[in-house]
Parts: sequence; structure tokens; C-alpha cells
Amino acid sequence: MGSFLARRVGQAGVLLLIVSIIGFSILHLAPGGPLSQFAATGDMTQEDLDRVARQMGLDRPLPVQYAEWLWRLLQGDWGVSYRDKQPVLRVIGSHLGATLELMLSSTLLAMMIGCWIGVLGAIRRYSVFDTLATVGAMIALSIPTFWFGLVVIYVFSVGLGWLPAGNRYTIGDGSWSDRLHHLIGPCIVLALVSTAVWSRYMRSSMLDVINQDYIRTARSKGIPERRILFQHAVRNALLPMITIAGLHLPTLLSGALVTETVFTWPGMGRLFLDSIGYRDYPTVMGILMFTAMLVLLGSLLADLLYGVADPRIRTA
Amino acid sequence: MTSPVGAIDGPPAKPALTSRWDSPALRRFRRHRLAVFGAVTILVLTLACIVGPFLLPFTDTFIDIRQRFAPPLSGAHVLGTDQLGRDMLARLLMAGRISLAVGFAAMAISMVIGVCVGLVAGYYGGAIGAVLMRFVDAMLCFPSIFLLLAVSAFIHPGVETIILLIAFTAWMEVARIVEAQIKALRERDFAVAAEALGASDARVMIRELLPNAIAPIVVAATLNVAHAILAESYISFLGYGIQPPTPSWGNMLDNAQGYLTSAPWLAMLPGAMITLAVTSFNFIGDGLRDALDPRTDAR
Repeated sequence: MGSFLARRVGQAGVLLLIVSIIGFSILHLAPGGPLSQFAATGDMTQEDLDRVARQMGLDRPLPVQYAEWLWRLLQGDWGVSYRDKQPVLRVIGSHLGATLELMLSSTLLAMMIGCWIGVLGAIRRYSVFDTLATVGAMIALSIPTFWFGLVVIYVFSVGLGWLPAGNRYTIGDGSWSDRLHHLIGPCIVLALVSTAVWSRYMRSSMLDVINQDYIRTARSKGIPERRILFQHAVRNALLPMITIAGLHLPTLLSGALVTETVFTWPGMGRLFLDSIGYRDYPTVMGILMFTAMLVLLGSLLADLLYGVADPRIRTA
Repeated sequence: MTSPVGAIDGPPAKPALTSRWDSPALRRFRRHRLAVFGAVTILVLTLACIVGPFLLPFTDTFIDIRQRFAPPLSGAHVLGTDQLGRDMLARLLMAGRISLAVGFAAMAISMVIGVCVGLVAGYYGGAIGAVLMRFVDAMLCFPSIFLLLAVSAFIHPGVETIILLIAFTAWMEVARIVEAQIKALRERDFAVAAEALGASDARVMIRELLPNAIAPIVVAATLNVAHAILAESYISFLGYGIQPPTPSWGNMLDNAQGYLTSAPWLAMLPGAMITLAVTSFNFIGDGLRDALDPRTDAR
């Protein structure tokens, strides 16, 4: 387990380095550059701009700037937001809670529904239910999240008046029930794609398991079919889902950005979009790096957890 | 060289066909009813978007202030009008031209990048392969919308740049698929034989290996069109994609949220078009997967 851990962490470290190079190059090679916010106002002369560039260290060679930037990044100094005049990490931190709340709740919902659909589909393969679930999952994966959000708002907020059309809570009210009420809409919208993904993977994982020898052995021992399926098979079929959770993280983050925009949910995705509008370079860069690091950490954790849950993986 | 020629496992032999339309793959595809539905839908949709605007009495830019917010199926405008009194059907078809074109073009470019990277990484392996594939891994760490928005916000958005951007964020999966295929294929006897005959690296890669990896590439290409159309709609909806007055299915939805109560068709119609097009491509991809590789899902 020790060498597996070390190897996996080492790989993640290398990836993090490449990720940082990609992120740094993207924002520095883009036209406009970090000075665009000053240049755009028009009341700064070229001399002023040069001075600011010198102060910000933008006149030095890119590799030097990169090394310094990475060093500060690793020390937790992610720069100061142009817009809020606050450290980027603190700005991200103040929006992270809302995003995590949304992502966790929708993942929970999607896992519960998706895994059930997958298991039932695998047990009754090619039945009407399985076919509908397969086609339904494909359609769910094709619906643009923002449009589904608009449909949910149109039906449940505008039409039926059951759900609020946006925000995390009513101003002046911050009770648990009020927050929960606001969470339902965005949670369902974000969970749609995840449910489809979970159901597909759970179905194929379950199919892999129920064709294995130990299931046949259990059958031949006369164990009731229900018990075989739900105690022997489902438990093992759930194992690969740990990996799926890690792999699904980038899609989930993208979906969260769109969902937050539609439901004016004050999370990281909205912050990212607003920061782009303000050309708030440090924040944009910070969130881009933060999400990539989150994905990296997620897949690392998933791999390690899988190693703990399934010893066969460690030696492979 | 003692082994008889017959023992060398060559590229999978092509069965003799009576006619091109009778190939087993095509027959399997036709049996996949959803895939046929998808193919027909895309054909009809593409034709409608190309020909339709010429046949309509209104152009997509014709503004008729007196006819603002005309609901669908009422009066002269079949699908109603928007906040400026522009004909929705004309706009949907013109938007379809852009969205479908972006989808196909971005797919083509992303396939070229992905196939090249996958070929080189899979064929040479070693340090080159490792570096290329770690780069692919790193690119996949960035959630695609974040990456697209970060770059599109800092450049002047136009149709061409949007196509390039989407392609730039969509080639990694293809590279992974091709790399895995090539890595397995290059150990096979026919590839080794071609090398032994003195064929150049490029020739082995393109003439020997690539044709044998074409099935998963075709499937990935189909799914990539669906992905590209979705990606375009996302960033256009968020305001950083195709810029008005050029309509795209995504940017038609951009303003629609404000009129959700008074004119819901402004939001519903473009979204339905996106869903229809993307679902169709996904169905086709699924059908192609079954048709080109009979082993999948045939446990």
C-alpha cells in the first residue's frame, strides 16, 4: 500500500505541475494580458502602464514570472482580486460553501436514483424499464443544463409557484427550511446529468458482477436471489463507482457553473463568470487553478479509496 | 523467417460483400432504430437549415416592432416572434446553420489534433508518449466550461475562434482512445511486418495502424459533434460565445430568461432544437458503436 500511495501521489504532483503551466500560459498568452483592465480605461498613459507592468513584475521573462507565481501559489499567496481588493483565496473560500452544498446534495440525489436505475436495469436487462432507462439517460445527457434549469423555473416557479426562482435564501430569512426550499430547484437540475451517468456506469458494473463465478456459486448454494443480488452483487458493483465519482468531478463542476448562473446561486461558478466580466485576472486564474486542483485531488482520493476498498488494485 | 506467411495475423480480413449496402455493419446500424431516427433527424435538420431560410417569407433579421412577442401558431409567424418582432422559425434555422457548422467544424479539428497526438503517443511510446499523455491528463483536469470561458473571455469572439476554442478543449478523449488502440495494434504481426519491410514510421501509422483503429474513431467523432454543439450553446448562453446579431441556438437563449413569464417560447424552442440535435448525434454514436464493434454489450 505504501508504494502504491507514493506512486499515486507522485503522479498527481507531476500532473499538478503540468496543470499549472497550462493555466499560466493560457492567461498570459491571451491578448490583453493582465494589464488590459488598466489599458481599457484610457486614462493611463503608456508610461503609467509600463510602470504598473514593472511593479507587477510583468516586464520579466515569462519563465521567471511563472516560477515566482508558482512559488507564491504553493505558499497560499494567490494574489489579490482586482475587484474585491481581497486575497483571491479568501474570495474563493467565501463562495466555495454554496458550490459544495449544491454539488454534494445533487451528487447524493443522483447517486441514490442513478444506482437504483442501474441495478434494476442490469437485473432486468433489455426489459421495457431497461430500454426506457437507457434512452432516458441518453436524452438526459443531451439536454443543455441551462435550458433544463429554465424549464424547471418555468414549470415549478412561474407556473406552479412551488419553488423560488433563484438565490440561496430569502433576504431577511435564513432558516434551514428556507435554504432547503431554495436548494431543491438547482439540486434537481444539476443532478440530471449525474443521474444519467451514474445509472449507465452502475448498470454495466452490475452486469460485470452478476456474470462472475462467485455469483453462480452463491446461486448453486441455494441462496435466495434477492440476497445474492443485493448483498453479494450490488456491494461489489458499487466499488468501481468510487472511480466514477472522481472522473465525474469536472463535468459536475461545469454543470455547477451553469446551474449557479441560471438560479443566481452565489457559488464559485458565478464568481468565475463575474470575474471574467470584470477582467479580474487573479480571481479567474485562481478559480481555474482551484477547480483543476480540486479535480486532481478528487481523482487521487478516488484512486486511493479504491485501493483501500479493493486490494487487487494496489498490486496492479 | 521460417514461419509461413499464412501464420502472420494480418489486418482483419474484409468479408466479400455482394453490395456496399449489404454490409453487416450497415445492417446492424439499420436495426438500431434510435440511431436511424437520429440519422434521419440530423439529415432533415441540416437540409432545413440550409434550404429553409430561402423559402420563408421572413428573414432572420427582419424586425417588425408591431409584431413583437407574437405567440407560436398565431398569424403569419408559425413559431411566433421574439422581443424585436423577428420571426422565430427563420432565426432558429439560421441559428441552426451556425450551431451545426460549429459542431461539425470543431469536431473535425478536434479529431485531427486528437488522432495526431494519439498516433504519435501510441506509436512511439516511451518518453514522448508519456509526456503527451500526461499533457492530455492535465488538460482533462480543467472542467471544460471553465477552460472555454477563461480563454473566450480574453479574445475577440467570432465564429472561427469559437470553433478553434471548442476543438482545443475537446480533443483529449480522442487522443486517449487512439493512443490505446495504436499501442495495442503496433505489436501485431502486420504492423511489425510493415516495419520490417522498411516502411516509414508515418506510413505504418497512417496506412497500417490507423485504418484498423477507425471504428472507435468514427464513434468518437460522432459523439464529439454532440459535445461541440452543447459546448457552443453553453458559452453562447453565458454571453461569451457567438455574438448577436449572428444567431446561434445558445445565444437565442441568452436573453430568453427575462421573458420566461411573458414569452416562454423564446426559451423553449431553441433549447428543444439543441436537445434534438445533440440527442440525435448521441443516438447515432451509440448505433455506430454497436454496428462497428459487434462485441460491445454482447455479453
